[in-house]
Amino acid sequence: MNALRSSPLLFAACVLALALLPVLWPDPYMLSVVASAGIFIIAAISLNLLLGFTGQLSLGHVAFFGIGAYTSALLSLGFDLELPGLAQALVVTPKPVWVAFGGGIFVAGLFGWLIGKLAFRVRGAYFVIVTISFAQVMRMVAINWVDLTEGPMALNNIPPLTLWLPGAGTIDLVSKSSAYWLVLAVAVVSYLLVAALVHSRVGRAMVALRENETLARSIGVTVTDYLRIAAIGAAAIGGAAGGLYAHTVRIIDPDVFMFMFTITMVIMVIVGGKGTLAGPVVGGLLFGLVPELLRGRLTPEVQWMLYGVLMIVILVFMPRGIVPALTRRRKARPAVVQPVARMAGDTR
Amino acid sequence: MDQFLQHLVNGLVTGSTYALLGIGLTLIFGIMKVVNMAHGELYTLGAYAAYGFVALLGVNYFAAIFLSALFGLAVGAVIEYLLLRRRNLAAMDEVMLIMIGVMIVLQNAELLVWGGVAKAVPSPFSQEPIVMGGVSVSPTRVFVLGTAVVLLVSFYMLIEKSRLGLAMRATFQDKDAAKIVGVNVSRIYTLTFALGSCLAAVAGALLAPVFVVSPTMGDLASLKAFAIVILGGLGNLLGATLGGFALALIEEFGAGYISTAYRDAIGFLVILVVMVARPQGLFTKKERVG
Repeated sequence: MNALRSSPLLFAACVLALALLPVLWPDPYMLSVVASAGIFIIAAISLNLLLGFTGQLSLGHVAFFGIGAYTSALLSLGFDLELPGLAQALVVTPKPVWVAFGGGIFVAGLFGWLIGKLAFRVRGAYFVIVTISFAQVMRMVAINWVDLTEGPMALNNIPPLTLWLPGAGTIDLVSKSSAYWLVLAVAVVSYLLVAALVHSRVGRAMVALRENETLARSIGVTVTDYLRIAAIGAAAIGGAAGGLYAHTVRIIDPDVFMFMFTITMVIMVIVGGKGTLAGPVVGGLLFGLVPELLRGRLTPEVQWMLYGVLMIVILVFMPRGIVPALTRRRKARPAVVQPVARMAGDTR
Repeated sequence: MDQFLQHLVNGLVTGSTYALLGIGLTLIFGIMKVVNMAHGELYTLGAYAAYGFVALLGVNYFAAIFLSALFGLAVGAVIEYLLLRRRNLAAMDEVMLIMIGVMIVLQNAELLVWGGVAKAVPSPFSQEPIVMGGVSVSPTRVFVLGTAVVLLVSFYMLIEKSRLGLAMRATFQDKDAAKIVGVNVSRIYTLTFALGSCLAAVAGALLAPVFVVSPTMGDLASLKAFAIVILGGLGNLLGATLGGFALALIEEFGAGYISTAYRDAIGFLVILVVMVARPQGLFTKKERVG
C-alpha cells in the first residue's frame, strides 16, 4: 500500500522501464494496445479514490470519462449552439488543445462536485443506483442532443495533443510512441496526485470514514466534505482520461458512456486490489493486456465470460485483490496495539 | 382525449410487466439485502427461453411461458445456491459486484449461443387490433396485461396468505428471530431468489412476442427495474407494483407529450429526483415487505 513511500526507487524503476518500452520494443501495434490500456488505468486510478479509499461503490464513473472526452473534443473543435431564450447562437471558436484538455478536466470535476452533492445524501445500494442513473442520463444526452454532440454520427477529426520542444517547435503527438509517452506521463501524474492525497490528512480521513463512518464522524471527521473532495478528484482525473481518449482515438460517439466501460474500470480496481495505490495499475495492465494474448484464440464473448468468472473468483477467494495478497507476507509484522497489562483485581 | 386514453392503455400494458420485474427485484433486496445486478439477465433468459421453446421446439406459446417460468426459477435457485449461500450478504458491495460478474457471464453466454441478431417470437394472437372508441390495442398486449395482473395478484396471495409467505415476511422482519421459531432461512433465501428470478423470466417471456429478443435487452430492463424499486422504496412490494405502473405511465406520457427521444432517460431522471427529494421512496414510510 505504501509502495511509493517505502520504495521510491522501485516506483522510479517501474516508470523508467515503462518509459523505455517504445525504444526497446518499437512495435506500433503493441504500443497502441498498452496506451489504450493506460487510458483505462488512469480512469481506474481515479475510480479507486472513491471505491477503494472512501469505500463508495460508484458505478457511474464512465460519466466523468465521457464528460471529459466530449468537453475536451468540443472545445478543441469549436461549436455553435442555439439556446432557447438567447437571441444569438452561442459560438465557441476552436481552442488550443491543451486549453480544451484542461477544460475537460475542469468540467468533469464540476460534475463530480454536483454529483457528490446529490449522491452522498444516500449510501449503499441507493448510492450505486444514483451513480448508474447519472451515467445513463449522460449517455442519453450524448445520443439525443445532436446539435451539440452530433449524436450517433460521432465527433470526428478531433485534433491530437501537441508538445512544444525548443528547437523543434510545436509537434503533434500522433505517432504511436508519442501517444504512449503522453498517456504514461498523465498516468504518472495521476498516480502521484492520488498518492499524495491518500497519504495526506485527507486520505487518512477517507480511510477512517470507509472503515467506520459513524466512528469517523464522532471524532470530528467532516465526512461529507471528504467524500466531496474524493468525488471531485476522481471525476477530474476520470475527465483527464476521457480527454486523452478523445485526442488519441480522435473520434468519439455516445458509446464512451457505455456501462461496460465502468465495469472494465471496476474489474481493474477489484482484481488489482481496491484501496491500494498499485492495485488499479496491476489490475489494469493485466486486464488491458490479456485480451491481446487471447486475441484470435478465443472469441470476445468467451473472453468476457472468463472475465466475469475471474471477477467472481477473485471476489470469493481473494476479496482484497492481487496486490494485497502479494504484499501481505512482506508486510506481516506484530500487531501494533499491545494488550494493556491487566490491572490487579481484574477478574475477567 | 383519445390520444390520452391510448397513452393510458399503452402505459398500463407496459406497467404490468414493469411491475413483475420490479417486485422480483424488490423481493430479493427486501429479504436478502442483495442488490441483484443480474436481474435484467433473467428477464433476457426468460425471453430467449420462450423463443427457444416456441420457434425452435415448436412448443405452444402458452406452454412456453410456463416452461420459461420454470427455467427462471431453476436458474435463480442455482445462482443463489452456488454464489450466495454461505456468503456474508452483509458485505453488500461485494455481493453486488459478484452479481455484476454473473450479469457479464450470462449476457455473453446469450450472445455466444444466440448471436447478436435480434430474434422475433411469433404471437399466437391475431395481428388485428381490438378497437374500442378511439383506442386500439393488439390482442397480444391485452393477454400480457391480463397474465401479468393475474400473476401479481397470485403473488400477493402467496406472500400474504400462505405459510411460505409468512416465513418470508418473518425472515424479512428479523432473520435471527425467524431462525429461532424454526424458519429454515437459507431455504427461504433460495426460494426468494428463485421466485424473483422467475418473475423476471416471465416478464421476458410475456414481452417476447411484443418486442424482439436480443442479448442486451436486459441492460435497460435492469436499470428500469432499479428505477421502479427506488420509486416504491427498496423492499416494498406494493411500492414496486405502483412504481412499475407509475414509471410506465410517466414514460408513456413523457414520450407522447414531451419527447420520444428522451423516453428512456425519464426513468433515470425520476431516480435522481426521487433520491434527492425523498430517498425512502414515494409510496412508503419505511422499508417493508407485504
